[in-house]
Amino acid sequence: MKSLQPLIFELSSPGREAYSLPEQDVPGQANEFIPAEFLRDRDPALPEVSEVDVIRHFTGLSQLNHGVDTGFYPLGSCTMKYNPKINEDVARLGGFANLHPLAPEEVAQGALQLMYEMQQYLAEIAGMDAITLQPAAGAHGELTGLMLIRAYHRKRGELGRTKVIVPDSAHGTNPASAAVNGFQIVQVKSDGRGGVDIEALKQVLGPDVACLMLTNPNTLGLFDENIRLIADLVHQAGGLLYYDGANANAIMGIARPGDAGFDVVHFNLHKTFSTPHGGGGPGSGPVGCKKELAPFLPVPVVARKDSRYFLDYDRPDSIGRVKSFYANFGVVVKAYAYIRAMGPDGLVRASEDAVLNANYLAAKLKEKYHLVYDRLCKHEFVLSADWQKRVTGVRTLDIAKRLLDFGFHPPTVYFPLIVEECLMIEPTETESRETLDAFVAAMLQIADEAAHYPEKVKTAPHTTVVGRLDESRAARQPVLRWRPTAE
Amino acid sequence: MRYLPNTERDRELMLRAIGVGSVAGLFADIPDEVRFRGRLNLPPALSEPELAAHMKRLAARDADADEYACFLGGGAYDHYIPALVDHVISRSEFYTAYTPYQPEISQGTLQAIFEYQTAICELTGMDVANASIYDGATAVAEAVLMAHATNGRKRIVVSRAVHPDYRQTLKTYVAGMGLEVVEAGLIDGLTNSASLGELITDDTTCVIAQSPNFFGNIEDMAKFAELAHAKGALFVAVVDPISLGLLKPPGEYGADIVCGEGQSLGNPMAFGGPYLGFFATKMELVRRMPGRLVGETVDSRGQRGFVLTLQTREQHIRREKATSNICSNEALCALAALVYLSVMGKRGLKEVAAQSAAKAHYARERIASIPGWSAAFTAPFFKEFVVKAPVDGATVQKHLLTKKILGGTDLGRWYPELKNHLLFAVTEKRSRAEIDALVAALEEVR
Repeated sequence: MKSLQPLIFELSSPGREAYSLPEQDVPGQANEFIPAEFLRDRDPALPEVSEVDVIRHFTGLSQLNHGVDTGFYPLGSCTMKYNPKINEDVARLGGFANLHPLAPEEVAQGALQLMYEMQQYLAEIAGMDAITLQPAAGAHGELTGLMLIRAYHRKRGELGRTKVIVPDSAHGTNPASAAVNGFQIVQVKSDGRGGVDIEALKQVLGPDVACLMLTNPNTLGLFDENIRLIADLVHQAGGLLYYDGANANAIMGIARPGDAGFDVVHFNLHKTFSTPHGGGGPGSGPVGCKKELAPFLPVPVVARKDSRYFLDYDRPDSIGRVKSFYANFGVVVKAYAYIRAMGPDGLVRASEDAVLNANYLAAKLKEKYHLVYDRLCKHEFVLSADWQKRVTGVRTLDIAKRLLDFGFHPPTVYFPLIVEECLMIEPTETESRETLDAFVAAMLQIADEAAHYPEKVKTAPHTTVVGRLDESRAARQPVLRWRPTAE
Repeated sequence: MRYLPNTERDRELMLRAIGVGSVAGLFADIPDEVRFRGRLNLPPALSEPELAAHMKRLAARDADADEYACFLGGGAYDHYIPALVDHVISRSEFYTAYTPYQPEISQGTLQAIFEYQTAICELTGMDVANASIYDGATAVAEAVLMAHATNGRKRIVVSRAVHPDYRQTLKTYVAGMGLEVVEAGLIDGLTNSASLGELITDDTTCVIAQSPNFFGNIEDMAKFAELAHAKGALFVAVVDPISLGLLKPPGEYGADIVCGEGQSLGNPMAFGGPYLGFFATKMELVRRMPGRLVGETVDSRGQRGFVLTLQTREQHIRREKATSNICSNEALCALAALVYLSVMGKRGLKEVAAQSAAKAHYARERIASIPGWSAAFTAPFFKEFVVKAPVDGATVQKHLLTKKILGGTDLGRWYPELKNHLLFAVTEKRSRAEIDALVAALEEVR
């Protein structure tokens, strides 16, 4: 039965233990080797619990979570597709999981080969010339990609390119990554069809522009039909084009960013390539680029000479490294297994079904909800609850909370920022028609409830273990850790 | 395809509902000139048995540390991972969830992060810890961005004894920001505190030192904190969380930010990742802190519950004004760390630290007594040490491999003056017999 759990620290009972270690078989104690001034006087208040306490506690906690394996998770822009189980198994193979990063290359050839092939696969899918697997997440990939762009302009002596253009529909990480990189951010508005406003873009392009960051399909789920024109305009102004691959699940084998004129791209392996999100991470954010930018990629890249794979550090123009060692390798293994399982046709089929499922949901839901851009969508689409809000006072947040009572994870809400009372829905290709129909039924029932029993929606959820939580209290009086009571 | 449930009949029914004649019609909005008309040049699809066999063949070409005696260190360590850890993180309610944006159905992840934050605070002696950064290197880089945002100063003073990957990552991060990185030199495998002191100016945003440092030696962190604070700079302490079972928590020697690599806490070495960067600070700096934070609150029924909090620091709210661009972090690795710390508990962590230290000291003494070999430094050390060898690291490693032993990383790659100086790490997993076998193998190296 699902129930709230005490904190693991509150289960602690002095003297209880869950660990076991062999007897120390060498002489000496720490205080003989390490001067007393460096030693701690008080033990950390870590829990003292038994093994059974630990497993019951965490099993109990897990039951308070909703995951893809528990049910439908149509969280827009997050691509919560099924995480194949074989991938979990192969990532735990001893030769992968127990491989030390400083092991000599001759005993790491399997891992290096896998990384080398993965670089090639991703380059093919992106239409790019070179790939680094090093970035640990999508935002980290953005940061890395922007560093490549800066290095490229610098090498050409164009030091004045200090601005990065982002559309008003962009993910928050785009402007944040550019700012962390020391760029100034210029926002460009969307046009009436949800794409980049070409006239507005023309006005901000100039010799001070480093690049335009674009998600395509964008966060409205719409493919920007002007992409070639946009690419030409940016290139004519001497800027580069950055592809935010968060939405790449719509285009595998159907459109390649490199063919559309993008110069740099990142992928989120934890979205498009099926690796699990882990409750917030780990992710993996490989970056691809055209050959003009390849010299600047982080060191090391995995290279091959004859039949031997090696880590190539001999790259004088490299931006340096962006993390320890080589990549979130364990995540790369899972994504590699996914690509090998799907093959070239399977990936196309996945994107087709992702788009089919999204359009199906949009068609079924637009009767009762405002479909803001009523045109073909790609892998996701946005609804607005503005009809409901105006007539009944029921807001998007209420609809999201009511969905919890039906066993569904709600869509992304209040994003993108340019749509009022926004619900951003991404079903992914791994959901069946029956699941989609059940979700439609729930959404239509909620629309009906909003019209006739609005209080029922406004006070939802009714069936979860906890009710709505007081977020403003958490921010006003931050309690960010448990504290032991004085003994 | 086994992961795709739509049948041809499903597709037909769905297309009819949409009012589009074919799947191709769904892509009519993609202009022809950017459509990919070829077939991706990728290997053909594999069935599950074929895939499993292929992956096993690749993995078999690598050194599984369980089949070797692993004495490698340098930022990734072969500590024992209790069986419970993988059982907990394999529960798919944890690993198939996203960031806990809907707290009513994410209390498992949220409470676990709250517990993780508490455990990190207890270890480090700090007020507040975030839900994780990518790894040790990026945690150091984020610490610098946070210091700069706090005091606006532009010089970073970092010890050369800090992990080379961390220093290189830091330099890459700040390259676009007009910040200056200066490095304090070494004496006897320790940071030269006189040189460090001279480099700290009124424009120094922070001072960074690591203890145990890259060579395993224990630094006088209290002294560095004092030098930093004398000029109004923040002090960033980079530490090994296992060492905190024994060593003084950085909060007690004046650290303002404490961060480091958390892999040792229940995460496999996995050829360098995914790991987790832990990150802790003082309460007065919390609003400049990067990354997610979980706070305690109450629900509409008066029950205790947990939510993501202080989100106005974060990119999805503040965009370019956020404290960091981080979005995905290493939540599942942090969960593994929490389970590890729960299993080891107060006494287990201390014993892991104590056994690692004792075994490392036994190993160094034995190796240093081999003719031609000597201890490189005299400073106190923890679980990792450097010895001066009569030959280079590649020769040593090659011979050790024939004995199924991993170890002896040559420091010349990062410190030209330390060529033929080899780094060894010894965890509680290594037995006396394995250490003796290492010594016997080193005696044979010519």
